[in-house]
Amino acid sequence: MRALIEELCSVFGPSGQEERIREAISSHLDGLVDEVRTDRLGNLIAVKRPTVSGEGGRRIMLAAHIDEIGVMVTHVDAQGFCRFTTLGGVLINSLIGSRVHFANGVQGAFGMEGSPLARERPTLQKLFLDVGAESREGARVQVGDTAVFRSSFGAVGDRLFAANLDDRIGCAVLIETLRELESSPHEILAVFTVQEEVGARGATTAGYGLEPEVILAIDVTATGDFPQATPMEVALGKGVAIKVMDRRMISHPKVRGWLEDTAQAHDIPYQLEVLEYGSTDASAVQVSRAGVPAGTVSIPCRYVHTPSQVADYNDALGAVRLLVNALSGAYPS
Amino acid sequence: MNELLEKLSRARGVAGHESEVRAILREELAAHVEELTVDSIGNLIVRKGRSDAAGTQRVMLAAHMDEVGGMVMRTNADGTVKFRSVGGLDPRILPGKRVTIGAQSVPGVIMRAPHAARSGKRVVPISDLLIDTGGAGGIAPGDMITFESEYEEYGRLLKGKSFDDRVGCFILAELMKGDFPCELVGAFTVQEEIGLRGAGVAAYAVEPDVAVALEGTVADDLPKQDDLSPTTELGKGPSISVMDRSAHADRRLVRILTETATAHNIPWQIKQPGVGGTDVGTIHLAREGVPAVAVAVPCRYIHTPAALMDPADVKSAIELMSKALSGPLARPLGPERSEA
Amino acid sequence: MNSENKAPETDTFSLLKELSEIPGVSGQEDRIRARVCDHLAPLVDELHTDTLGNLTGLRRGHNSSGKRVMLAAHMDEIGLIVTRLEKGFLRFAPVGGVDLGALPAQEVTVHGRSDLPGLIASRPPHVLSMEEREKPFAQADLFIDVGLAADRLAEHVSVGDFISIRRSADSLGNGHATGKAFDNRVSVVVLLQALRILQGRSHGWDVAAVVTVQEEIGLRGAKTATFHVAPDVGIALDVTYAEQPGASPDEALPMGSGPAIGLGPNMHPVLREFLVNAAERDEIPYTNEVLPGNSGTDAWAMQVSQSGIPTALISVPIRNMHTPAETVVLKDIDRSARLLAETICELPDDLSALALDSES
Repeated sequence: MRALIEELCSVFGPSGQEERIREAISSHLDGLVDEVRTDRLGNLIAVKRPTVSGEGGRRIMLAAHIDEIGVMVTHVDAQGFCRFTTLGGVLINSLIGSRVHFANGVQGAFGMEGSPLARERPTLQKLFLDVGAESREGARVQVGDTAVFRSSFGAVGDRLFAANLDDRIGCAVLIETLRELESSPHEILAVFTVQEEVGARGATTAGYGLEPEVILAIDVTATGDFPQATPMEVALGKGVAIKVMDRRMISHPKVRGWLEDTAQAHDIPYQLEVLEYGSTDASAVQVSRAGVPAGTVSIPCRYVHTPSQVADYNDALGAVRLLVNALSGAYPS
Repeated sequence: MNELLEKLSRARGVAGHESEVRAILREELAAHVEELTVDSIGNLIVRKGRSDAAGTQRVMLAAHMDEVGGMVMRTNADGTVKFRSVGGLDPRILPGKRVTIGAQSVPGVIMRAPHAARSGKRVVPISDLLIDTGGAGGIAPGDMITFESEYEEYGRLLKGKSFDDRVGCFILAELMKGDFPCELVGAFTVQEEIGLRGAGVAAYAVEPDVAVALEGTVADDLPKQDDLSPTTELGKGPSISVMDRSAHADRRLVRILTETATAHNIPWQIKQPGVGGTDVGTIHLAREGVPAVAVAVPCRYIHTPAALMDPADVKSAIELMSKALSGPLARPLGPERSEA
Repeated sequence: MNSENKAPETDTFSLLKELSEIPGVSGQEDRIRARVCDHLAPLVDELHTDTLGNLTGLRRGHNSSGKRVMLAAHMDEIGLIVTRLEKGFLRFAPVGGVDLGALPAQEVTVHGRSDLPGLIASRPPHVLSMEEREKPFAQADLFIDVGLAADRLAEHVSVGDFISIRRSADSLGNGHATGKAFDNRVSVVVLLQALRILQGRSHGWDVAAVVTVQEEIGLRGAKTATFHVAPDVGIALDVTYAEQPGASPDEALPMGSGPAIGLGPNMHPVLREFLVNAAERDEIPYTNEVLPGNSGTDAWAMQVSQSGIPTALISVPIRNMHTPAETVVLKDIDRSARLLAETICELPDDLSALALDSES
C-alpha cells in the first residue's frame, strides 16, 4: 500500500478538477468490485455486492475524497504574475516558500508584495504566484486554471511526507480495504468523492443518490502531538482514530461502538478522536434524505491543509485492518 | 432599451416579496409556454418542449426575482423607521438614498446621525441608520424597503435598479419565447439574496439534466493603482463562472459555452474565480447532483440603488444561450475526461 | 392654456420642487438664476444682475422715505467639480461642505458640453477584504461613471466642469418634503412667497430682494451685493439644523417648529425685536436660534458691509443638511414668509427706532 499512497499522492486533483485522480484510482479497482461508475458530479462509485447473506448485512457507503486543496488563478497581470484564490481551507501562513504545479506542468512559486525584511502576516490580497513568465501573453496559465501543492514524496522510517496525504492516504486505505475484504454480508458502496474540501459537495449528492444505511468516511484527522498544538488526544503512530465528534458531526453511537468493538476484538490499536476544527464527508451524508448513521475512520496527520503533511504508515495499515474486520462481520443489531 | 427589462427593473421585490415581479413574468410568458406553475416557496416554473420521447435532455435555466433591499423592524415614536438589510448591503452607500416602503409605497430617505458625518472614521452600521418618512402612516414591521432609481440610458450603458437579477429574468423570459430541441424549464426563483433558497427547491422538483443560472454579476472595472482583476468588465460579453463561493461549475458546461461563443463570434469572459455566489450553489447539490454553470451580464454597482450594464452584453448573453440551447446544451453531456 | 404658457407655480411644494431640481452649484448659478428671475420678475419693479451674478429685484415701498431693506437668500448649492479624467471615469473634488458619507452610489449630473447623468462609483464590497470594507470611503476611493468610453468622455467633459446632485424633490408624510439643494432653495421660496404676500399689502420701505451666489464657498456674493445695495437694514434667509436622531439638542431645532430667529452677536438686537414682535402679534410659531459667533450665513457678511448694516436672520430647520436627502416641513416655509412679510410692513419710518442706545 505504501507504493499506492505514493502513486496517488503524485496525481493532480484539486477540488472541481478530479478527472486525473479519478482515472488513476479507477485503474486500481479492476477486479476488486462488481461495478464501477461515475455520477453526475464526478464521484467514482465502486459497488461490491454481498458475498454472504446474513441478518447483519447493510448497504454501507465508504467515502474517501479524491480532491485536494490547491489554488485557482483569478488574474494574470501584465508582467505575468498571477493573483489567485484558494480551493478549500488552505492555510495562508504556510504558502510562502511552497511550490504549486498546474495541470499542464507549469510550476509556480509564491511571492508577496513588499520587502521580505518587513514582512507582515501574508494575506491573499498581498500574495501572488510567479509562474516563470514575463508577460500576460507569456504566462502559460489563465484565469480559472488550478494548481496543487507539490513536494517530493518522502519517507523517514514509517513516517510519510507529502503535500496531499489528505486524503490520498484515505483513498489508498479504501482501495486496500476492497482488495483485502474477502467476504462480507454487506453491499459495499465505495465512493471516491469529489469537492470534499469545498464543503463535502460530492458526498452530499452521492449520499442522496445511493441511499446507504450506514456511512463511514475515511479521512485524515489533526493531531495534538507537536509543540503548542491545540490540545487533542490523537497522536501519530498510536493507531487508527475512531471519530467521536468533529465540527459538524457527532458519530452515531452504534457505528462508533461497532468500530471500537471490532478494534478491541482484533487487537487493533486505536484512538478516540474529538476534532474541534474540520469535518468529513460523513457529516454531509449523515443528514441525507431521512438521515444515515455515520462514523469516520481517521488516519492521524500532522499539518493538515499545509503543503507538508506527515502521517504514520502503521496508522494507515491499522485503518485497513479495522475496516476489513468490521466489514467482514455483521453490523450490530 | 426594452419595455420588459424596464418593467422588471422598476418592479419592487426583496426576498419574500417577489409577487410583483412574478406577475409581470406570468403575464409576459403565458402565451409562450406550455405550463406555468408557482410552487410553495414562490418560484415561478415555466416549461416547454416536454416530450415523452426517451432521452430528451431537460435543461433548467434559473434567474432570481428577488433584489437586495431592507425590511422595517419598527417605527420610532418620532416617526423614524428602524430597518435591517435583506441580502447583502454595503452600509457605506446607504446614507441619503431615497427608498420606498411597503405595499403602499411610502417614500422615505435614509439618514444617519450628523455626528457620524463629522467623525468620518467609522462606517455607520445599518443598525444605526434610520429612515425618515416625515412620520407617514401605513408602515408596519416586516414591510419591504426598496431603492428608488429610474431606468434610463447613461451614455452607451443602461442604468437602473435591481439589474441583479432582473437582467437574468429578462434573458430567461426572452429564451423561453424561443424553440429549442430540448425540454426547457425556466425557474424564476425567490430568495436568492438571503441564501439561494428558492433555487434548491426548484431544482429538486424539476430534476434537470443540466442547469444554467442567469445572473447580473459584479464588475469591478474601475481604474486601480495596481494590476488587479476587474472581476468582470462591461462590454466584453457575458461572463462564465468557473468557480465562486457557492459552487464549482461543471467543466463540460464551461467548455460548451466558451466553444459555442467562440464559434459564433460572441464575446465572452471568465469571471474572476472565488467571488460571489449564485443559485448554482443549491441547484448543483439537488438530489443526485446537477451539472450546472452560471452565465452573467457584468453590472457595475450591483447591490446599490442603481447599477450600470452594457446592453450589448445582454444581447450577447441571449445569443450565446440561444446558440448553446440549439446545439450542445440540448444533448446529453459526455463523460468528463482528463485532457490529454 | 398649454403647458409652455403655464403661469408660474405659486404653491409652496411645487415651487420648492421646481427650484430645488434646477442645478446651481456655487460658481455656476446661471440656470437657477434664470429660473428664479422668471418667478421674481412679476413681483418686483426692477431687476438687476451684478458682476458676481447676484440677482436683485427691487420692489418700491409706498412712501417716499427711500429706506431700503435688503433680503438675502443664496441660490447656490454645494456640488462637485471634475479634477481629472481617468480611463473613462472622472475624478472630482467637493465644492462647498459636501457630506462625503452620502455620496457613494449617488446619482449626479455632470455639466459638461451637455448635461450627462452619472453616478458616484466605488468598488463593490464583494471583492474587498474585511479590512477594506470597514473603512469609510475616502474621496480617493470614489469616481464618477457616466457610461462613456474614455475617448467619448474626453469629447464631452473636461477638467473644471461642475457636477450637481441629481435628485427629484418628493413629498413625505405630514407635509414634509425631501430633496437636494433645500439649502437654500427653501429660503428662495420664502423670499418669493413673502413678496407675493406683500403684493396685497402696504409697506413703506423699498425691498431689495437679493438672491445671492457663492454662499457655500464663503458668503462671497452677499459681500458684494450688500455693498452695492447699501441697505438700511438687512435680513438674511437660510436654513438651519433640525433635530434628528444623533444630533445634539443644543445645536438643533425641532422640525416643524416655525421660523428660527437668529440670536447672538451677528444679529442686531433691536431689529431682532421687530421680528419677534411680528411673530407674537400674528401668532406665528417661532423659535430662537442661538448663534454665539459666526452664523455661517449671508448675515455674517451683510453685518459688516460698508459702515455696518443692522442685520437679522430667519432660518428654516431642515434635516440631513448637505446631503441629497435634505428634508423640510413645508408649513415652516409659509410661516417664515409670513413672518418676513409682516416684519417688512412694520419697519419703522424713523431709523432712530433702531438705535442701540437711544438718548432719552
